[in-house]
Amino acid sequence: MKVKLKIWRQKDARSKGKFEEYELDNVAPDMSFLEMLDSLNQRLIKEGKSPVAFEYDCREGICGSCGMYINGRPHGNDHKTTTCELRMRKFKDGDTITVEPWRAAAFPVVKDLVVDRSAFDKIIQAGGYVSVNAGAAHDANAIPVPKHNADVAFDMASCIGCGACVAACKNASAMLFVAAKVTHLAQFPQGRIEAPERAKRMVAKMDELGFGSCTNTRACEAECPKGITISAIAKLNREFIFNKHNDS
Amino acid sequence: MTNIFNSSIGKKLIMSITGIFLMLFLLVHLTVNLMLMVGDGELFNRAAHFMGTNPAVKVIEPLLAIGFVFHIFYATYITLQNQRRRPIRYSTSAFNEVTTWPAKNMYILGLTIFIFLIIHLTNFFWKIRFGTVETITYGNESMPNIYALVSGLFINYWWYGVLYIVGAIALGLHLSHGFWSAFQTLGMNGTKWIKRLETLAYIYAILIGTGFSMIPIYFFLF
Repeated sequence: MKVKLKIWRQKDARSKGKFEEYELDNVAPDMSFLEMLDSLNQRLIKEGKSPVAFEYDCREGICGSCGMYINGRPHGNDHKTTTCELRMRKFKDGDTITVEPWRAAAFPVVKDLVVDRSAFDKIIQAGGYVSVNAGAAHDANAIPVPKHNADVAFDMASCIGCGACVAACKNASAMLFVAAKVTHLAQFPQGRIEAPERAKRMVAKMDELGFGSCTNTRACEAECPKGITISAIAKLNREFIFNKHNDS
Repeated sequence: MTNIFNSSIGKKLIMSITGIFLMLFLLVHLTVNLMLMVGDGELFNRAAHFMGTNPAVKVIEPLLAIGFVFHIFYATYITLQNQRRRPIRYSTSAFNEVTTWPAKNMYILGLTIFIFLIIHLTNFFWKIRFGTVETITYGNESMPNIYALVSGLFINYWWYGVLYIVGAIALGLHLSHGFWSAFQTLGMNGTKWIKRLETLAYIYAILIGTGFSMIPIYFFLF
């Protein structure tokens, strides 16, 4: 199949970027979106031009690095997928595909489609951990955890920190990400103790780093490749508003 | 402890609490207004007189004004702040499966309601409180004839009717998101409750939207 690509090109963080158009023939429908970009880059390299910079690592939907905004949606128009899992058969022959980087004040563009997502790391550093020395791996069943809590924790832990929630949100809010991390760690006895303090610290960091506030549009849950829902945000709000902080 | 209302969640909490308060007010307001369509207006006039003279209402009235002011002020503040969170906009946009139009346009709907509110207050509240309204006597009790004021407006000026219907529709759309959103912000939501709250939101929004729209239509037709 044949596609027309409109890709955001930006030399570095300081340069002003612009869209550039490329036409690509011989695209196999079973190619992933990243493989399609690889074939474009091969051609650009052969032509002596600068290849399109994009981030990737695992190419199996679990690392969260391949975020890009495709035709108006994070990770493209497919359900619960990352860009590396998006197949070219989801597009029609002759389609024009617009590819942009995540747009958020907290995620500045590094080059082309690559953005700096270290703001997420800073939020984790602010409280996304359990601060006890756990030592060597313990027996998994030493502290029994109810099935429901284990399930919720697992669902929340499936967050890969890709930033699609921020990219999709009209306020560039990181609430779904923070909510997933806070809810995940609050499900277990060890993490429960610090839960209100953790919520307070992570939300304060999120606000400080320039993410917007949540207006419950649900765009984040529609775009989350891992299917995390805004029920996590309700849990975060509960933790933040109703539980007393240990602050004496 | 740092002040909760300095945080992003705290500011939303103000929107949520004032929103729930205003939604309760709307129910009372609609109940009284629907009496406009009962009989010759005596029931409505008596209800309006009761509301105007009741000491409890006198206490709640300034609170209501504060509720409106906080809801509008924080909405503006949050919206302006959030707009700065994406300095470079996307060149493309697409619909997703769950985001509704009102959810994305709460501020525009709110602004429409705010403009309507100013017109509405000048039409009725201002005249009743600070102007002169003719009185009517039922038995040995006399009271302002607010029924005549309302019916006169809608019968003599058809475009006021249209304006009020537009206001009611904007309000209904605003509430279709605002109702469940208020509970979500308070943390009272979950995977099961979201469907229930959304259903309740639609019922409430339709009740308020059509309820208030019916009044100008009633005066136009009958």
